[in-house]
Amino acid sequence: MTTTALPDTHADRGGRGWYKRNEIALTPWLFLAPAILFFAVYVIIPIFQSIYISFLDWDGLGEARWVGLENYAELMEDSAFEVSLWNNLKWLVFYLLAIPAGLFIALFLNQTVTGIRIYKSLFFFPFVLSQVVVGLVFSWFYLPNEGILSNIVQFFGGDPLNVLGDPTLATYGIIAAGLWPQTAYCMILYLTGLNAVDPEQVEAARLDGARGWKMLWYVIIPQLKPATFIAFVVTIIGALRSFDLISIMTNGGPFGQTRVLSFYMFEKALSEYGFRMGYGAAIAVVLFLIMLCFIAYFLWSMWKEEKGR
Amino acid sequence: MRSMLKASVATLTTAAVLAGGAAFAGSHSLSGDLKIFLDTSNPAPRATMEAMIADFQEMHPDLNIETTVIDREAYKTQIRNFLTADAPDVATWYAANRMRPYVEAGLFEDVSDLWQEPEIAENLASTKGALTIDDKQWGVPYTYYQWGVYYRKDIYEELGLSEPSNWDEFKANCQAIVDSGRACFTIGTKFLWTAGGWFDYLNVRTNGFDFHMDMAAGNVEWTDDRVRQTFANWRELIDMGAFVENHQNYSWQEALPFMVNGEAAGYLMGNFAVAPLREAGLTDDQLDFYQFPAINPDVELAEDAPTDTFHIPANASNKDAAREFLRFVVSADVQTEINNGQNLGQLPVNAAASVDDDKFLNEGFAMLSSNSPGGVAQFFDRDFPAEMAAEAMQGFQEFMVFPDNLDDILNRLERVRQRVYQ
Repeated sequence: MTTTALPDTHADRGGRGWYKRNEIALTPWLFLAPAILFFAVYVIIPIFQSIYISFLDWDGLGEARWVGLENYAELMEDSAFEVSLWNNLKWLVFYLLAIPAGLFIALFLNQTVTGIRIYKSLFFFPFVLSQVVVGLVFSWFYLPNEGILSNIVQFFGGDPLNVLGDPTLATYGIIAAGLWPQTAYCMILYLTGLNAVDPEQVEAARLDGARGWKMLWYVIIPQLKPATFIAFVVTIIGALRSFDLISIMTNGGPFGQTRVLSFYMFEKALSEYGFRMGYGAAIAVVLFLIMLCFIAYFLWSMWKEEKGR
Repeated sequence: MRSMLKASVATLTTAAVLAGGAAFAGSHSLSGDLKIFLDTSNPAPRATMEAMIADFQEMHPDLNIETTVIDREAYKTQIRNFLTADAPDVATWYAANRMRPYVEAGLFEDVSDLWQEPEIAENLASTKGALTIDDKQWGVPYTYYQWGVYYRKDIYEELGLSEPSNWDEFKANCQAIVDSGRACFTIGTKFLWTAGGWFDYLNVRTNGFDFHMDMAAGNVEWTDDRVRQTFANWRELIDMGAFVENHQNYSWQEALPFMVNGEAAGYLMGNFAVAPLREAGLTDDQLDFYQFPAINPDVELAEDAPTDTFHIPANASNKDAAREFLRFVVSADVQTEINNGQNLGQLPVNAAASVDDDKFLNEGFAMLSSNSPGGVAQFFDRDFPAEMAAEAMQGFQEFMVFPDNLDDILNRLERVRQRVYQ
């Protein structure tokens, strides 16, 4: 140890360059450099570009005009924006149902019977399907006359139901479609989590007389905390980027009542009739701020976790 | 590997030299590359275009033509990127306001010189207006098609109805059809534009072509009483139960089966609906066409006839060849060929071209050439600026489902108008 450290004190002696001297400090940065570079070019810089564009009136082709906060002022009065914002909120709240649903399916499947692997993979199947397929299947399921759902409702004496054509129901219909694959995802997370549950603790709790709900609530779920955290993160992210289902199932309709912010941004800036880059960017910035709350929370809780160790 | 690279470099150099030399050889021996982007992705139009381009290739064997066919819907968003970044030499698009953003951004080449040539100036005069912005022409048309009411003749006969010649007959027919347990009209408004067709016709028939175009130019308030009259006429049909239910769920194709199954008796559509209806098994005895009847007898009849066009991007590299291609596309023979029943099944734009002997094409041609004195519009989303059109068509859909929301819708559209046309 001492012999190898010795030359360091004589740094001016030949043979050891500047890099060698600073190797320990520099090497991590060298390894990080590609990631930092790409993260900056493809994530950080575009964020600032979007914020900049949101202050412009620009059709994406011609001259851009600086309008300051005008786009944001217009957003405040835009009823379509308000609808999209509320829909985003609905997505955030109801999409979280995937977590308890996934947990209960995981508990149900966490047993050893013949062929359990097949059942598990069948439950996991919807997550493997493309969102486009899920959207199509559900839109057939919801069809007003021929659809199964409407027929079931009519069988029990209800009126024909047109879920996706009804402005108040359509968003819930799409969320339900989204829950199907998302529940499967949460289920898989919990199934792996359940493998890691300490059998000794379960044993001890059983000796102390914990059963059923109490066992679940006080012994199992606390041990599943890492799985719950990940499930929460992926579900929130999934809710905020719900785009493909909406595009497939309703195309934002009827009359724009199922749009969410990401879809509205796309419509305003990039779709067939969308030529308002500035306005689209302003919507994106609002969406970014909402995401930022969650990102901050995630980072904070991860940081707390690290510190706690 | 190395020699291959060398060889291809050598070929390229030769080609470049040849291209340079050919430029002096006169306009009819074209060479170099000609990149053509098409949005005609449906099987029949695609084959038509490819055959047409093959003919052009035969005429100019030295030209290296590269054709790219892009999905029609995807094309509408991709055009922005390829016009700015990697421009082809020729690209398809649509006339009137739909080309305005690209014209104003300087991405389309001014082809007024082509329109000076007598061949084009005389034979394409009817569509010149649709391709003119700021007194210059920005492309050439290759096809257009009529809009109107396609209806089930057998159902009309069964109910003892005939083609309506005025608004009262139109409504009386509709009432009779509704009473027979059918809807008068099928429509699918999921993608909104179909409702734009209804607005076009109702507004043009109620207030006239000039008023409609004035509105497209942003000079009329959406809350104007004349506009309200259009919606009042529309509402009569809605309240009658004229349209199929749940139309907000369907695309225009998904609305076709109602007509095929006889649950709806008519469809206000473009001529492109004929092909799928025939394929679905309707014969020409069952299917017929009539011009949308007059509502206000004081205004002249005018029609929607959307025109599809070819343009030269401003960033094109082989504009000589592109111009020659445009001349070729609009020539009478080519127009006759590509628009016939086996190909596009639409109307040729060139006045010297002949219309294929098809029942619907003949009716459409007669209607557009002699019974549309008011003028010819493109279509709602081509005449109105993109943003206004998007917002308005969404309003139309809402109106068709909840007619009571009309005031709210019109106030909203008026606010959009004030911003869009400022």
